[in-house]
Amino acid sequence: MIPAAFDYHRPDSLDEALKLLALHGDEAKVLSGGMSLLPMLKLRLASFAHLVDIGRIPGLDYIKEEKGTLRIGAMTRQATLERSDLIRTQYPILADAVPLIADPLVRNRGTVGGNLANGDPGNDQPAIMLALGATFVARGPKGERTIPANQFYKGLYSTALAPNEILTEVRIPVPPPKSGGAYAKLKRKTGDFAVAAAAVQLILNAKGAIERAGIGLTNAGLTPVEAVDAAKYLAGKTPDEKTIAEAAKMAAAKSSPSADRRGSVEYKREMARVMVTRALRKAVQRAEGK
Amino acid sequence: MAMHKISVTINGAVRAAEVESRLLLVHLIREVFRMTGTHVGCDTSHCGACTVVMDGDPVKSCTVLAVQADGAKITTVEGLEQGGKLHPVQEGFTEKHGLQCGFCTPGMLMTTSALLERNKNPSEQEIRQAISGNLCRCTGYVNIVKAVQYAAEKMR
Repeated sequence: MIPAAFDYHRPDSLDEALKLLALHGDEAKVLSGGMSLLPMLKLRLASFAHLVDIGRIPGLDYIKEEKGTLRIGAMTRQATLERSDLIRTQYPILADAVPLIADPLVRNRGTVGGNLANGDPGNDQPAIMLALGATFVARGPKGERTIPANQFYKGLYSTALAPNEILTEVRIPVPPPKSGGAYAKLKRKTGDFAVAAAAVQLILNAKGAIERAGIGLTNAGLTPVEAVDAAKYLAGKTPDEKTIAEAAKMAAAKSSPSADRRGSVEYKREMARVMVTRALRKAVQRAEGK
Repeated sequence: MAMHKISVTINGAVRAAEVESRLLLVHLIREVFRMTGTHVGCDTSHCGACTVVMDGDPVKSCTVLAVQADGAKITTVEGLEQGGKLHPVQEGFTEKHGLQCGFCTPGMLMTTSALLERNKNPSEQEIRQAISGNLCRCTGYVNIVKAVQYAAEKMR
């Protein structure tokens, strides 16, 4: 399969990339790793007159902690994240998820920025960023602005990014002591999107009760879903099995999946409940240092 | 539509080409360079038959634009044999019956040769995870794993 014809541009700087986007407007699309975009172009599910490849722009590939914030550059490949000692030891929610994204060959090309900016509710990292309370950094013709993850996703493949903006970075608050995170995903096979998946990040207080929690759901509707009610319910509660079960039920009630080859609406909602349960249990264990 | 002059180092030789933006890397390799060892399988980024090693990493060449590979070092299955001697993974696939129909084999060889560059002593689980983006529809995975273990031993 061959994509419809387009012009390919490979700017050397962000400014040059932004100029190209400004020039071509809706007809241009940013190409990052291309692991979602190129299949869509090949299947002719999408077509753009111009692709702006940001893959060779220096300074967009990094993972670093600075002043209480983990900063991940948009062009950071999934494989780089997977091999990062910092991620493996300090961010188990990401360490759980990355090996479950697509397959190893796709992860050698696919990027964090692409996963987040594509606006596909089946992608795993948006729900994780919701749970982590992350902030996205976008560069446009007027400079830089930040967008909280929970205000970023507007609809299916639709985000708060304007056509003349580029996602450059995601910022994650460094979890304080007694934090725990986990990602639980049910998928039929390697390379498939989730039947259901849940991201949980929480903090325990000195008494072992939950101080704050964040819960995100993957493939549970047209956008990634933040389970706000369930997170609020958890605040102040001791994370016993009964509490976890109730929170998982509340979170699953927020999911509105559609029926497809991966299952019926009822099945997917039930699996969302199970995934939230598993992620919550694991996150609590990790926060307790077990 | 603009054409792009690109240059790639493929199996050690520098090759230039003038390509359309939408030309896929696998088509550059097969149809422009006439190297047909790299296979097109599913053509949807699932099966891994088209895997080549690009700057050290195995990638699906049906989902990379030729122009994105400009300046890259590419190794295809034709580049594994050195000086008339099979690469240890090729020898392993021969010795351990790592192929049946052979369609997935070029991709399997590229993924596993790259694995062994990074990890000299992979566990069975690591081998299985590494090839999880390469599908063998003869389902010959048991012997493929044995072939990679054979190669790993040979390379140590």
